Amino acid sequence: MPILDVKNIRKRFGRLEVLKDISFSLEKGEVLSIIGSSGSGKTTLLRCLNFLERPDGGSIRVNDEVLLDCADPSTLKESQIRRKRLHFGLVFQSFNLFPQYTALDNVMLAPKLLAHENHTWDSVKQKVHDEAVELFANIGLSDRMSNYPHQLSGGQQQRVAIARALIMHPDILCFDEPTSALDPELTGEVLKVIRKLSEQKRTMIIVTHEMEFARDVADKVIFMDGGRICEQGEPHEVFGNPKEERTKQFLARYNQK
Amino acid sequence: MDIFLHQLPIVVNALNVGFLQTLKLFSVTLLGAFPLGLIIAFGSLSKIKAVSMFTGFIIWIIRGTPLMIQLLIVYYFPGLVLHNPIWGGGEQGRFLAASLAFIINYACYFSEIYRGGIQSVPVGQQEAGLVLGMTKSQIFFNVTLLQMIKRIVPPISNEIITLVKDTSLARIIALQEVIWAGQAFMKGSHGISGAIWPLFFTALYYLVFNGIVTVLLARLERKLDYFR
Repeated sequence: MPILDVKNIRKRFGRLEVLKDISFSLEKGEVLSIIGSSGSGKTTLLRCLNFLERPDGGSIRVNDEVLLDCADPSTLKESQIRRKRLHFGLVFQSFNLFPQYTALDNVMLAPKLLAHENHTWDSVKQKVHDEAVELFANIGLSDRMSNYPHQLSGGQQQRVAIARALIMHPDILCFDEPTSALDPELTGEVLKVIRKLSEQKRTMIIVTHEMEFARDVADKVIFMDGGRICEQGEPHEVFGNPKEERTKQFLARYNQK
Repeated sequence: MDIFLHQLPIVVNALNVGFLQTLKLFSVTLLGAFPLGLIIAFGSLSKIKAVSMFTGFIIWIIRGTPLMIQLLIVYYFPGLVLHNPIWGGGEQGRFLAASLAFIINYACYFSEIYRGGIQSVPVGQQEAGLVLGMTKSQIFFNVTLLQMIKRIVPPISNEIITLVKDTSLARIIALQEVIWAGQAFMKGSHGISGAIWPLFFTALYYLVFNGIVTVLLARLERKLDYFR
């Protein structure tokens, strides 16, 4: 049984049809890379999975639970969305750390607010703190926990953003072009962290323009074009022996670089 | 010179009493207008068209007419038009009427500053909160609010400094604030009459008080400098 099953997702903004009938599935522990040119709908797809956009049609299942089915209004209730959202984590292109909190507080804020709501903060405080400290060790920033975001480099900020997403224990962690705002040097350190997560068998969806990385780290690749899945398969198929003309064109441009 | 030295303590005492009233109006206005402004800002940001349009209409009226006329209307309208003089005739009533007019007026100005502040916080901040499972109100109070405050301190400071001086408009309904107290010495008060200098002297009160306010606001601005 796949951990994620996406069926027939459609989304339009006004007259523009951004997603046309997107379907795919993902097994637990798999890494999916989504590639494609700008405007092909990759980011919108991730935003639909994270309930930042509501699809106009289609369904999303996680662990066989229907999170969203546009044909079933009972799954569209605003009050339920918050809980459903936590199946997914999202790392943004522009990091979006909270500037007024230290790196450690950025990571601890969401679990803290959730625990405050359940009046359990006093009992889980130590556990959350220890977990955050461990995450900082994993991303190699143990010495930067008390820094504010503006005191960190872009690569460091993005690593903190990854820790911030991980502490909510999402089933599926999504990355929206996590290195597009970084220079090549800083890109490496972020990719290293993502690679480490893939070795730990985390289920991830990575939208990226880093072709080499997509090929190396992914178990599965989707090439999107004009709001459709143009081609999908294992990395060696899609990159090594693309079937669709559009995929060949797109990859050729990257190989030239 | 002898006369001046004789008059000075009498004048200062009277002006102090007047300035206390100025300070009261200043403080009450801020206390009322800060939260009311936030409510109005939420109104103008509302997705419900009727609410945002109604709020926009109110803001247009309040910002588009002189505060002095608003004071006169708030104070005289109930008694002269509705024949129900809710404010009474005393200083207490004048103070309440002035407070109401000032709070409404300043809340409208603050609300526009708040609105700009809220809109200037990048939408990514809210989205980051949402995907971490925070509620909209948790995001507002824990993420957006402080970033908004940091951005609005300079424009709000301007309004606060203007408010210090605007309180003198309450004189139009004979509120006994510091300029009223200074002017009284022209007609005759505390045994002094025909003296113009006490009126000029009141400027010193505003100047010193605004000096203090400026220093405090600059300190707040520096305090929020720890993040960007």
